[in-house]
Amino acid sequence: MPKPFSPKIVSANDLLVGDVVYLDGDGGWTRTVRTAAVAGDRDAADRLLAIAQAQPGTVVGPYLADVTLGPDGRPVPSHLRERIRDRGPTIRPDLGRQAEGAGRPAPSPQTGQAHVSL
Amino acid sequence: MYRYDEFDAGFVRDRVARFRSQVERRISGALTEDEFKPLRLQNGLYLQLHAYMLRVAIPYGTLNSQQMRRLAMIAERWDRGYGHFTTRQNIQFNWPTLHDTPDMLDALADVGMHAIQTSGNCIRNVTADHFAGAAADEIEDPRPTAELLRQWSTDHPEFAFLPRKFKIAVTGSPNDRAVTKAHDIGLRMVRNAAGEPGYEVIVGGGLGRTPMVGKVIRAFLPKDELLPYVEAILRVYNLKGRRDNKFKARIKILVHEAGLETIQAEVEEEFARQMADHGGPMVAPDPAEAARIATYFAPPPLETLPDDDAGCEAARAADPAFRAWADTNLAQHRQPGYAIATISLKAIGQAPGDATADQMRVIADLAETYSHDEIRISHEQNVVLPHVRKSDLPAIHARLREHGLATANIGLISDIIACPGMDYCALATARSIPIAQDIAQHFADSDYAQTIGEMKIKISGCINACGHHHVAHIGILGLEKAGRESYQITLGGDHTETLALGERAGPGFEADQVVPAIERLVEAYLALRDAPQETFLMTLRRLGLTPFKAALYPEDGQTRAA
Repeated sequence: MPKPFSPKIVSANDLLVGDVVYLDGDGGWTRTVRTAAVAGDRDAADRLLAIAQAQPGTVVGPYLADVTLGPDGRPVPSHLRERIRDRGPTIRPDLGRQAEGAGRPAPSPQTGQAHVSL
Repeated sequence: MYRYDEFDAGFVRDRVARFRSQVERRISGALTEDEFKPLRLQNGLYLQLHAYMLRVAIPYGTLNSQQMRRLAMIAERWDRGYGHFTTRQNIQFNWPTLHDTPDMLDALADVGMHAIQTSGNCIRNVTADHFAGAAADEIEDPRPTAELLRQWSTDHPEFAFLPRKFKIAVTGSPNDRAVTKAHDIGLRMVRNAAGEPGYEVIVGGGLGRTPMVGKVIRAFLPKDELLPYVEAILRVYNLKGRRDNKFKARIKILVHEAGLETIQAEVEEEFARQMADHGGPMVAPDPAEAARIATYFAPPPLETLPDDDAGCEAARAADPAFRAWADTNLAQHRQPGYAIATISLKAIGQAPGDATADQMRVIADLAETYSHDEIRISHEQNVVLPHVRKSDLPAIHARLREHGLATANIGLISDIIACPGMDYCALATARSIPIAQDIAQHFADSDYAQTIGEMKIKISGCINACGHHHVAHIGILGLEKAGRESYQITLGGDHTETLALGERAGPGFEADQVVPAIERLVEAYLALRDAPQETFLMTLRRLGLTPFKAALYPEDGQTRAA
């Protein structure tokens, strides 16, 4: 039995800066995952990926990433790796997008020090 | 230390100019990413999770103060104020932009540094014993050999596109601090029965997804035959190494599949052919060139001193913090009255191997003032001042304390190797650094750490094993199981001249169960050891894994990941 399709977004790294970007609904790129375009089925995912792959002068390595939809319908990265890409190193809350106010460090279960809880 | 001649300097400058042009063409669209990627990798530029990453070579782990200050400047000007020292004696900057990297490389070239061959399927940065030229147990300084190999392998046209990457390590001491048996080629400097210097040549070692202990392919190789012999190994590998499967392309697989005797015969045949065809070692260095290189590694002018220093001893008696640091972070120098001081980059709560720009400048100042302008980077992600007068140790320690660099834990349980893991690395399957931080925090009590004694914990965030977990007393491998991080524990590895691969103890642990698991192992060891002098590894070798597995997996059950 085929695996049920999970919603997807397209992520990549910006060519010039190297930071994480997401394809938005206009075929451009956003640095806010919540504003990424969400594909609800395989055909839509393929279309989004094709749009991204047609922009090799803007981004590097576009790919489809699984998301879940929050209560407001906005995408939230499913996988830990994608959550780290979105926010920054969990051991350096002063770096990455999390440092811009997107998240607050939570204490580590072992040490109480500031690993970012994901 | 070695200083670039005009050829070296011109070569590096030309390479930067070429890379600058390549970057411009990538940005303009003249080069596709598929075309550009191998070019950027040849210049040490990766693309990681959050940003580009520039890996800078520190040949055989040797730096001077000017170079360290330049790394600090680069960290502040083009990165985020810090750098990460790696298990291959390199430094990585985690946040450069593509546009800035040619300027970073130009700034490196100003001080005789570069990022060439820190990536790609070529001969990588040659590593060496970080105590080279200083250690009391040293037969001969391995750095002239490492420098000779660096010059020979840099931009070597025949070996620019090997089946896979190729790593060489050199040690000049019987106590192997360079992990030579876990390299594609390991060289141990030895003397034959006549007292002549040469090498024991080890081939086919490696870690990664298929760990292998290197095998001796030549028990004694005369020193002046090094390059033709190494070239013969590379030629056999280049022709016979597998190119059909990336995961089976390292020379360790070739040696394993073909058998050491077969590879040995082919290497010796190729070596003999070279010697016969060219009336001697075709690529042997001009003796004058070898001598020129050796002069750069002449011992610094050390004073004749009594071995004990009254001031240092008084500081030991008066200052418990200094005593703890001196007991753990110093190694015996070959010259009486001197010590080798290791600066721990494993402060409790810090990412192993990370140093801020300010810390780099402090280290540079100390090296310039107290260590004949020499700094070493160890594969264990620490920094070494190799030539320090014992009388200067209290002043050095005081300055280190002011900058969070005086952690007294070298060789102890919190002196952990950890790869960048999934906090930075695009290949990682789990995080490494938070696990290292949690373990270090748990064992932060220095009295407890001293009671435990020598302990090597090494953590990798994926099976590529950059964190050397296979050769740890306690190795930790981070994997993903059903979308969650899971950590396998291996026991009994050894990274020294008696190199051994650890054995997987059992199912993996969830992240928050790793520290309790390590604590159970430590408690079992303390209960089982014969005497305080018996290290964890000695106890494990005496008793086998069974009592430690029982400690890891008690019947009352701990949460397991899978």
